[in-house]
Amino acid sequence: MSVEIMMPALSPTMEEGTLSKWLVKEGDTVSSGDVIAEIETDKATMEVEAVDEGTIAKILVEAGTENVKVNSVIAMLAEDGEDADSVEAPSSQPAETKSDDDDAEPAPEVQDEVAEDAAGPKPDFKPSNDPEIPEGTSFKENTIRDALRDAMAEEMRRDESVFVMGEEVAQYQGAYKVTRGLLDEFGDKRVVDTPITEHGFAGLGVGAAFGKLKPIVEFMTFNFAMQAIDQIINSAAKTLYMSGGQMGCSIVFRGPNGAASRVGAQHSQDYSAWYAHVPGLKVVAPYDAADAKGLLKAAIRDPNPVVFLEHELLYGETFDVPDLEDWVLPIGKAKVRREGTDVTLVAHSRMVGFALEAAEQLSKAGFSAEVIDLRSLRPLDTGTVVESVKKTNRLVCCEEGWRYMGVGAEIVATVIDEAFDYLDAPPARVHQADVPLPYAANLEALSLPGTEDIVKAAKAVCEGI
Amino acid sequence: MTDTGRSYLHVPEPSFRPGDKPTFDEMIIPQAGAVRRPPVDVHPDDIQDLARTIIRVMSSDNEAVGEWAASLTDEEALEGLKDMMRLRTMDARLLRAQRQGKTSFYMQALGEEAVACAFQKALEPGDMNFPTYRQQGLLITSGYPMTSMMNQIFSNSQDPMKGRQLGNLYSSKEHGFFSISGNLATQFVQAVGWAMASAIEGNDRVGVGWIGDGSTAEGDFHAGLVFASTYQPPCVLNIVNNQWAISTYQGIARGNAATFASKGLAFGLPSLRVDGNDYLAVHAVAKWAIERARKRLGPTLIEYVTYREGAHSTSDDPSAYRPKDEADGWPLGDPIERLKGYLIAKGVWSEDRHAQMASQIEDEVAAAQRESEAIGTLLEGDKPGPRDMFEDVYEEMPPHLREQFAQSLKEAGEG
Repeated sequence: MSVEIMMPALSPTMEEGTLSKWLVKEGDTVSSGDVIAEIETDKATMEVEAVDEGTIAKILVEAGTENVKVNSVIAMLAEDGEDADSVEAPSSQPAETKSDDDDAEPAPEVQDEVAEDAAGPKPDFKPSNDPEIPEGTSFKENTIRDALRDAMAEEMRRDESVFVMGEEVAQYQGAYKVTRGLLDEFGDKRVVDTPITEHGFAGLGVGAAFGKLKPIVEFMTFNFAMQAIDQIINSAAKTLYMSGGQMGCSIVFRGPNGAASRVGAQHSQDYSAWYAHVPGLKVVAPYDAADAKGLLKAAIRDPNPVVFLEHELLYGETFDVPDLEDWVLPIGKAKVRREGTDVTLVAHSRMVGFALEAAEQLSKAGFSAEVIDLRSLRPLDTGTVVESVKKTNRLVCCEEGWRYMGVGAEIVATVIDEAFDYLDAPPARVHQADVPLPYAANLEALSLPGTEDIVKAAKAVCEGI
Repeated sequence: MTDTGRSYLHVPEPSFRPGDKPTFDEMIIPQAGAVRRPPVDVHPDDIQDLARTIIRVMSSDNEAVGEWAASLTDEEALEGLKDMMRLRTMDARLLRAQRQGKTSFYMQALGEEAVACAFQKALEPGDMNFPTYRQQGLLITSGYPMTSMMNQIFSNSQDPMKGRQLGNLYSSKEHGFFSISGNLATQFVQAVGWAMASAIEGNDRVGVGWIGDGSTAEGDFHAGLVFASTYQPPCVLNIVNNQWAISTYQGIARGNAATFASKGLAFGLPSLRVDGNDYLAVHAVAKWAIERARKRLGPTLIEYVTYREGAHSTSDDPSAYRPKDEADGWPLGDPIERLKGYLIAKGVWSEDRHAQMASQIEDEVAAAQRESEAIGTLLEGDKPGPRDMFEDVYEEMPPHLREQFAQSLKEAGEG
């Protein structure tokens, strides 16, 4: 029987890579464990080993091919006693897919103020207090990963007291490559690899901020910041207050928050509600690359401690970023990403993408949904939400975390306070199941909220079921 | 970073980076047999030198020499060889299974098999390990079924963790293997707490803490030493120094201390440093420390000097931060090759029998993998169900979870 050799993945979040080199040719005999090819991603290179013994019957993807999808068949192996010439490639084999027609990716309908959008309703909304983008400004495509890096690099050039520290940030260029290139440009005194002690280096950062530096503390993930939460809350957030206003703490704690792919209960938590609960902190959770850049620059300049929640599953997503010398956004302002009249969908971080997809599906079903990206959780722009609900009369709050004492609870309570008479239906909440996030792929998907859950909740709110 | 002067912050750097020719010339390695074996009731102050040397048993002539030799019979040493080979074979197969998409993540113990395999050999039923993610050798040695490990790696319907936990983070109470925490170091102080419970109950069961070189920087490590020092519970605290914490070399966590073991000296703990690639030495030192604990003489801190030959995990690419051939220059050799050489020199083993054993183990592991894959992998087959997701959040399922469970069954078409 012939065996399919598939494009391997380094990690669950890898979706495609470059097949850089074949080390075997058709007709070669291989043993289990032999290195047969090399592949590359933006994070690493990796050797592909043969799993089984046999003869390479067909090479289906040429060396040098980019964007090869994980798990697509890259070669066929004839096993013992089989004629290699008779092996055929699988028929429906998309060996190579162009990334621009990739329908597996969420394709959010980003209603950019300057972008033309023939399909959706024409947005005449102006986001409150976002800086004007001058006419003729060009936009550059950028990943969120690089937009965050650019924000840090620009602020480090602008202000010598800004530095970044954390595990793997220097030599390794960041566990998720967000600090790529910073060590080369700024050196190891401003891009500092720390020992593995989150409580230790968060405290160190707080001390450095008290000493008038401006630290950017990267947590490999916010899950590991559980160790450091005493420093963040009891020291960073409260010292200005407790010292009678004498000693402030200008610091950014940043890193990926929420669920990644298959990293289990201890590495997949959404801390939005945890940090947003605390006076003295600012909490930001952007969705797209322009917001990631503009808000991180604002966070670095902010005299207060800012918890900046990123999302691992968004790092590689590409968005337009205005090509301006100094793109800084105000913290505390929501953004209406799609206008609608029947129901308001409120979301932040990765859930914004799902809310936009849901709005698209709802529009096909005859419901007009307005999508609000909160962007900042503390301060929380309840004004924008309340105004929207006064128009749509219905509300669905979407978050990746648990419902209990969650972000949705806060928003619903505020809307009931300020717009009770406008509501035509009880507000709904979309959230993770109330369990630690399971590891198995099927249970993970079952536990996490997604587009379908939002569509269902919105229809229920609109139809009163 | 002020304009009054140059920054003089000290950031330690490893001696070699990719492209350099690595050597380990600076490492001081005593002859096998050179370090004395003190009585187990020795006062910690009298053995402070043992924290700054390396206890070794197997000589370059493949002989077991010195006062730490002869803790095992030939038969037991052969079992140890087999355990290490089974572990290495399983790791290699599961690493390849990950590359084929059958699981999303894997971590191998390549190069440091002797540490966990030999330590477990010195424990008794009822003792409890609080391991990290690279001590699967404890389970192999204690007879935990390989198919159970694989079922967890593949998160199939027979996964003993019911699809809830990462593949490498095993748990087996029965095999003295406490549930692994994915967050570093938390288990170290818990091992001390478990041993305190043993002391309070008046029994002689030993708690074993495990930690890597990098995570000794965590506060939990220091808290563990404080409580071990203060309450003198029956525990053994193990530091596996495999030189690398992902891309961070051991000097970043060690700082200006001479060795990791020497960090125990200020706490008044007997602190020993041992050749982690010498199965016989690891076993002898483990046995000494476990005997101390069981005789109610207090805790011991042990540093195992070894080398992480593979990547940190399947998501890591070590060629970005260390020379590709660094492992070849590692002066303490390979644990399997060294034990094999010793047994052959002793006349109880041969190259032929070794090759035969390797092929037998390959078959055994392949059979276990086939059995487990037939149940299911990430790609296909039987998976855990919604019940597995909602049970065990609490001892008894509360009403709101019953509702969510019923809803998910309805959505899955099973309600």
